[in-house]
Amino acid sequence: MQNNILICGVGGQGIVLTSKLIAASAMAQDIPVMSAETIGMAQKGGSVFSFLRLGDGLYCPMFPEKTADLLIAFEPAEAVRMLPYLKEGGKVIVNTHPIMPVTAALKGSSYNGSEMIEYLAKKADDLKTIDGEAACKEVGSPRALNMVMLGQAVKTGVLPFGIDAVEEVMKKTVKPQFVEMNVKALRLEI
Amino acid sequence: MHKEFLMGNAAIARGAIAAGLNVISGYPGTPSTEVLETTAKCNDGSLYVEWSVNEKAALELGAGAAYSGARTMVTMKQVGLNVASDPLMSLAYIGVKGGMVIMVADDPGPISSQTEQDTRKFAEFSKLPCFDPSSVQEAYDMIQKAFEYSEEYHTPVLFRPTTRVCHGYASIEVKDEDECKKNAPEGFVRDPSKWVIFPRLSFAAHGAIEKRNVCLSKVFSESGLNPVTANGGRRGIATHGISYTYTMEAVKALGVSPEIFKVGTPFPFPEEAAVEFLTANGGLEEVLCIEELDPVIERGLIFVCGKYGLKTKIIGKLTGHIPPAGENTCASVKRAVSQFMGVELTDEEKAEDVPPLPVRPPVLCAGCPHRASFFAVKQAMKGKKSVFCGDIGCYTLGNAMPLDMVDTCLCMGAGVNITQGIGRIEPDTNCFAFVGDSTFFASAITGVINAVYNQADMTLVVLDNSTTAMTGHQPHPGTGRTMMGQVVDKVSIEAVLKGIGVKTVETVDPLKLDAAVDCVKRVSAEKGVKAIIFKSPCAVLIKGKAPAVIDSGKCINCKKCINSLGCPGLVIKDGKAAIEASLCTGCGLCSQVCPVNAIGGGENAE
Repeated sequence: MQNNILICGVGGQGIVLTSKLIAASAMAQDIPVMSAETIGMAQKGGSVFSFLRLGDGLYCPMFPEKTADLLIAFEPAEAVRMLPYLKEGGKVIVNTHPIMPVTAALKGSSYNGSEMIEYLAKKADDLKTIDGEAACKEVGSPRALNMVMLGQAVKTGVLPFGIDAVEEVMKKTVKPQFVEMNVKALRLEI
Repeated sequence: MHKEFLMGNAAIARGAIAAGLNVISGYPGTPSTEVLETTAKCNDGSLYVEWSVNEKAALELGAGAAYSGARTMVTMKQVGLNVASDPLMSLAYIGVKGGMVIMVADDPGPISSQTEQDTRKFAEFSKLPCFDPSSVQEAYDMIQKAFEYSEEYHTPVLFRPTTRVCHGYASIEVKDEDECKKNAPEGFVRDPSKWVIFPRLSFAAHGAIEKRNVCLSKVFSESGLNPVTANGGRRGIATHGISYTYTMEAVKALGVSPEIFKVGTPFPFPEEAAVEFLTANGGLEEVLCIEELDPVIERGLIFVCGKYGLKTKIIGKLTGHIPPAGENTCASVKRAVSQFMGVELTDEEKAEDVPPLPVRPPVLCAGCPHRASFFAVKQAMKGKKSVFCGDIGCYTLGNAMPLDMVDTCLCMGAGVNITQGIGRIEPDTNCFAFVGDSTFFASAITGVINAVYNQADMTLVVLDNSTTAMTGHQPHPGTGRTMMGQVVDKVSIEAVLKGIGVKTVETVDPLKLDAAVDCVKRVSAEKGVKAIIFKSPCAVLIKGKAPAVIDSGKCINCKKCINSLGCPGLVIKDGKAAIEASLCTGCGLCSQVCPVNAIGGGENAE
């Protein structure tokens, strides 16, 4: 049994912590884990991704195109960029709130993410859209996006553990003052 | 033993500690930085950890500790080894007493480096043994062996992971504390015949090194570090590092079974293991070498074929079967293996109707003081003949539009000398050199001395954000903090410059735009070598102020803020300039650029 999970978005959205919590939750069930992510210069406003693999018989932290069971996208255009990695029948969770890069602002672009969502709806069999901005408002913090996305990812049933396992690991990882907010975000009904 | 989820670099640090590490020194550089940082975090007080001022200093300090019997590690990225190459080449002749591992991280791609140089070739050049791990677990295990070989053969050794191993994570088996080795250094024992390099010593050492490396090639062949996987066929694949894992995934997915030779010690090349591989099953017909950076294994096998009269055809980078530059990937290796093994690969259809995707090149962060510094110099020099020599750090990103303020960038500390060279040919040019605070200490000071001594006409601009930002905020001599947790006297950049003999040194806050522009105009007009220190902390390290606010009643939609600054905090919403509140730090620069004072909030709000 192997799971390939791809998390993508833009630097600063909390992707690395999301990846760490999935890994730690898997390890708590004695499932071997490998992962790889963008670090360094490319992070500054750039596209960020994290490859995550769970299961036995793994050699390499990355996986080729068309092999991801689950794509967790924190930004619409980044979902489209990484869509080639999704396997046939794989699941996609995407935050619909776009982040406009400087280059687009300079060119006077009108990028607002909507055509990305339309494209995803056409191409992905199993797509769930999340209004991340609204969800964060409901939770009460702009920093809650990663936990909202993680909670929704667990709901897909692709991951080999439930929300309780994630919550337990999260409590050990984040600062005590953020636990309550994160629990609310993880368990948010959307 | 127990399981932990570790980054490759953390595994290297933990492995070194398990091997009885006493001293670690280094200079930050992606993808090597986290090795030293992890060691500092794990320090129970028994280790000495330092960020040295540059790689040469780090390696020399490590040599001294190793002369004294300490187990020592020195960390850097591949281009850092160029800086440390002077002590490295000589140290190879002198040798060490305590085990010494020089951890040099290579960067195929390159993802965040100036070059795609291959440290395996540096190993051959310096005649030092080299270890090349392929996974996080192997990195943890191999670094411990590297210390043992180093101590047994009294030589520094190179340990060369690449980005994907350094920054990959895996759940791995690590030793419990009571399984870790402890090393008690004997101390420095005076012996000038051993520790003082002279031509006679070098002659004798050269001969001994060549003999040792022949011996090590045999030892490595039998060490288990260069395994041959026998599958019974006549076709083989030779590979290394992360490419080995791509190969194993490809072989599994394609259902093929070539002979596989994994080279873990590229130098001295394990000749006997190579012969065993090449002569398996009555002799291999053809071998594909899957490597990143230089074709080191490929040339090694061609050499072995010639030396032992073997008929195997060796293919790889030199024959165009593997790309000469850039990273390998799961997909590229799978393609190469399928072609080599004669397996049809179902063509990946390319999606056609993909909407145009926004590109996200790396840019200076919202609120970055470097943006203000570049903009001030640009304003001050408008219409004047000028050249702007950049350097290595976040501020290399000042090259991006709309700032467009980096005319040259070569290597650490080069800008200050390059601008002098341009000035010698074009004396009517206003010659500027931009350098960050960490780079200033690492390798720009000698350039300033050169300028003062040789009567150059130039303006040095020190972008002082009080950290080494690009690699993740390491302390340096100007920050007053050490990796041992001490708070110490800061080395003053201004005092260094004055001490060298730079007469005009002005310090100014770049976020106060008018004062900054005035300062640049005034200082750059002077003759000789003069300096401006733009002092403002890295935006990532300070708590931002309230985001700026655009008064839509006043905004004339000229977009001057966006088009002159290129700040990620400024976006277009419904056709008008808007503030991205999640990014804006309230630095106030855009409000000083707006021609109609439509931008408020941020700093002005207080």
